[in-house]
Amino acid sequence: MTETFKPADAAQLREVVAWAAAEEIPLDLAGSGTKRGYGRPVQARHAVDLSAISGILAYEPEELILTAAAATPMAEIEAAISAKGQMLAFEPVDLSALLGAAAGGGTIGGALACGISGPRRVKAGAARDHLLGFHAVSGRGEIFKAGSKVVKNVTGYDLPKIFCGSLGTLGAMTEVTVKVLPAPPKARTVLLFGLDVAAAVRAMTDALNSPFEVSGAALLPASIAARSAIDMVRAAGASVVALRIEGTPASVAARCSGLRALLAGRAPDEELHSMRSRRLWVEIRDVGALLPDAAAALWRVSVPPAAAPAITAALPGDWFLDWGGGLIWIAVPPGTEAEATRIRGAVAAAGTGGHATLLRAPASLRAGIDVFHPQPAALARLSARVKESFDPKRILNPGRLYAGV
Amino acid sequence: MLKMPALDEGVLARRDRIVADLRAIVPGEGVIDSEAGRRAYECDALTAYRQMPMVVVLPSTTDQVAQVLRYCRDNGIKVVPRGAGTGLSGSALPLGDGVLLAMGKFNRILEIDYDNRVVVCQPGVTNLGITTAVQGDGFYYAPDPSSQIACTIGGNVAENSGGVHCLKYGVTTNNVLGVELVTIDGEVLRIGGKHLDADAYDLLGVIVGSEGLLGVVTEVTVRILRKPDTARAVLLGFPSVEQGGACVAAIISAGIIPGGMEMMDKPAIVAAEAFVHANYPLDVESLLIVELDGPAAEVEELIGSVEEIARAHGAVYARTSESEEERLRFWAGRKSAFPAVGRIGPDYYCMDGTIPRRRLPEVLRRMYELADSYGLRLANVFHAGDGNLHPLILYDASKPGDTERAESFGADILRLCVEVGGVLTGEHGVGVEKRDLMGAMFGEADLAQQQRLKCAFDPGGLLNPGKVFPVLHRCAELGRMHVRRGELPFPELPRF
Ligand SMILES: Cc1cc2nc3c(=O)[nH]c(=O)nc-3n(C[C@H](O)[C@H](O)[C@H](O)COP(=O)(O)OP(=O)(O)OC[C@H]3O[C@@H](n4cnc5c(N)ncnc54)[C@H](O)[C@@H]3O)c2cc1C
Repeated sequence: MTETFKPADAAQLREVVAWAAAEEIPLDLAGSGTKRGYGRPVQARHAVDLSAISGILAYEPEELILTAAAATPMAEIEAAISAKGQMLAFEPVDLSALLGAAAGGGTIGGALACGISGPRRVKAGAARDHLLGFHAVSGRGEIFKAGSKVVKNVTGYDLPKIFCGSLGTLGAMTEVTVKVLPAPPKARTVLLFGLDVAAAVRAMTDALNSPFEVSGAALLPASIAARSAIDMVRAAGASVVALRIEGTPASVAARCSGLRALLAGRAPDEELHSMRSRRLWVEIRDVGALLPDAAAALWRVSVPPAAAPAITAALPGDWFLDWGGGLIWIAVPPGTEAEATRIRGAVAAAGTGGHATLLRAPASLRAGIDVFHPQPAALARLSARVKESFDPKRILNPGRLYAGV
Repeated sequence: MLKMPALDEGVLARRDRIVADLRAIVPGEGVIDSEAGRRAYECDALTAYRQMPMVVVLPSTTDQVAQVLRYCRDNGIKVVPRGAGTGLSGSALPLGDGVLLAMGKFNRILEIDYDNRVVVCQPGVTNLGITTAVQGDGFYYAPDPSSQIACTIGGNVAENSGGVHCLKYGVTTNNVLGVELVTIDGEVLRIGGKHLDADAYDLLGVIVGSEGLLGVVTEVTVRILRKPDTARAVLLGFPSVEQGGACVAAIISAGIIPGGMEMMDKPAIVAAEAFVHANYPLDVESLLIVELDGPAAEVEELIGSVEEIARAHGAVYARTSESEEERLRFWAGRKSAFPAVGRIGPDYYCMDGTIPRRRLPEVLRRMYELADSYGLRLANVFHAGDGNLHPLILYDASKPGDTERAESFGADILRLCVEVGGVLTGEHGVGVEKRDLMGAMFGEADLAQQQRLKCAFDPGGLLNPGKVFPVLHRCAELGRMHVRRGELPFPELPRF
């Protein structure tokens, strides 16, 4: 890349993109650049550093919304909303450390463009469920807005949804409006020890299907649990199922005992309180502490939860489950295509749908295989047309999602 | 007068041939061309607009849908999908030269999968039908539009419908995981499924709420939830709308997200009370129903907090439901507010804007000023938690000019919603009703970008044209780029 542009505002960004569109010059877009290692390597002539487009623009706790310039650091957003007892309920994942950047980096725009949600996804929805509106510069070099700044809106197409997870391939967001929610004052985690995968998924399913409003359900196999910084998990010497309950103090206490009664007799159980509970879920959310081999290729597999036992039985490497089995994190030695074939083969063999994404790997591997799950031809054609409808010259992060898109 | 796309005389001239060809795809009674048969489909619940479709087709398999769509594409025939026709914005309004594709025969629940917490069903299943199928096992489908007995899940997907419980549990888009979609090219796409995450572009996210303009949904996978242990409601009365509004803000500021939080103003309270005798207090200016649901211990705790907040905000009436029967009675008035107001109407026109909640007192005041200037009456019910207003304009369709005045009053209300930072529609959709107001909320570039997305799905513009977008552009025109070559402006732009 020859040059990096650093526009100060949407107008300057628009000039850069309009120029690049006219000249058909591909651009690599980044907020703070912490997730550059995610996706296929982009072959761009120039880079655009969006980090100057930053700052919280409006925060109205009682309206449950926050509007910020897109490259506002996530840390700044979280500080502002936690001061008012609120949160981004999708529990944004901090991938920085995992992708080789300093932990705690990352911008709100970057987090939404990646669209990766944390453990609370099972109860509170995904990143895409919390982006209400945005302003962006399209690949045509045009400023446009979509969605709104209120929590309930069906006016026009819901473009915020498709911008979540689009990895900057449709437009460069300059402003985002997100829904914020009250943060639960208290959290506890019920632990079950020593269940095999099938029994663990069963227990998580029963917990998620109970009226106790479980907001996190993970399985750490014994070898993974041994890496936890939480003593009760590390010392288990067996697999650990973690079930999180959040809410007001009285409610949390009552639901925890209800949940333990529901699952009584299946396995020895324990309860983690306050700080230790919180730290365990940060480990599960941010992955790196549990799958620490920085040289390993890391896969993120999204499947129907009930398929997890069959799929994990066929998996290479280290893995653990979140989302009650619906999310499988896998670390494998970064070999060749063989792992991709094996992992995607296991998803296909389960026959109930889902997909596998290569979240982290050396650039050479990411350039060589499908980082995102290959799509059926008709869907791939539609995706390409969608890309072109925003970015006809394919200048925004070309190839980051799929070759040619 | 509503302007619809020009009738295609060429298509109309071939009508008999088209009907015969469609019969070859959907045999028997699946193709309706009789005057009387088509009449049943001439409008949705926005009855002010009526149009007989050229022909009605009732497919019963995905393959038939695909064949019909491919046929229509090949022959340049417009298509309007339809569920139960309960839509309030005219998005299922037929076209005189178009096929009305009614999805009523897709009425089967295909799979109930508790282990993955989903139900897979056909789009013609009613919203309530899903809950009915799983409630025996203690589950339910959360989005609950008041029309839930009749409206279909396909219509809900197309409109991204909400309900009184959507503040806490989300609207349709937050509760749908997958669809099977047939494109105008007759391609059958499976988008999403029982897993929680999109694989690349979240196409499902734009299909939900697309008002039948992107494709025809032939299967839906929805998330189901375990029924909460307990639900109790608090009925609160305030001497002013301001105080009611402030109480709503305070409840949310206290970190409480109720299962439902609904507000009614005086005219709506009076009408509802007269209609169903819900024991509403009649000496208050605003009435709030706050429902807390969840584990019993939590509900108990939160009811106490809400009562306290209400007292601090000047509630002059407060009553907490002591039984399920009482809770349902609190709701009975709210749920029948539309027909109740309709009774004094004699006709009513339901609006659906959303505003930032803190602007409520001002918006209500200005709405009543508008009502005076139009010489029409107004009642307000309101999804208070998320700022979604349902102003009901009372008019008399048999009085010359009244309908037009009601419509122009409604348009003024929606412009007001946008002016204070809100939107034209919170849950009923744009359809034809708010189509020509889209410019109040979106600029030309915004609308062009949305239409380009439409072109990615339907380059010929055959799916439900004349809805949502005020001006129809050809895709080729929208795709054109006006490039200006040359030096990068902003020579002072920081670069490294
Ligand atoms: C008394 C009353 C109360 C209401 N209360 C609420 C409420 O509380 N909340 C709310 O959100 N709405 C409410 N509505 C509006 C309406 O019920 C919803 O918009 C509903 O989702 C429409 O469903 P339907 O099956 O009747 O769809 P229709 O009206 O038939 O169609 C609606 C749209 O969906 C499209 N469509 C239908 N099926 C398909 C398909 N299979 N594939 C693609 N497109 C399709 C149509 O083209 C059209 O654009 C209410 C309506 C009434 C009459």
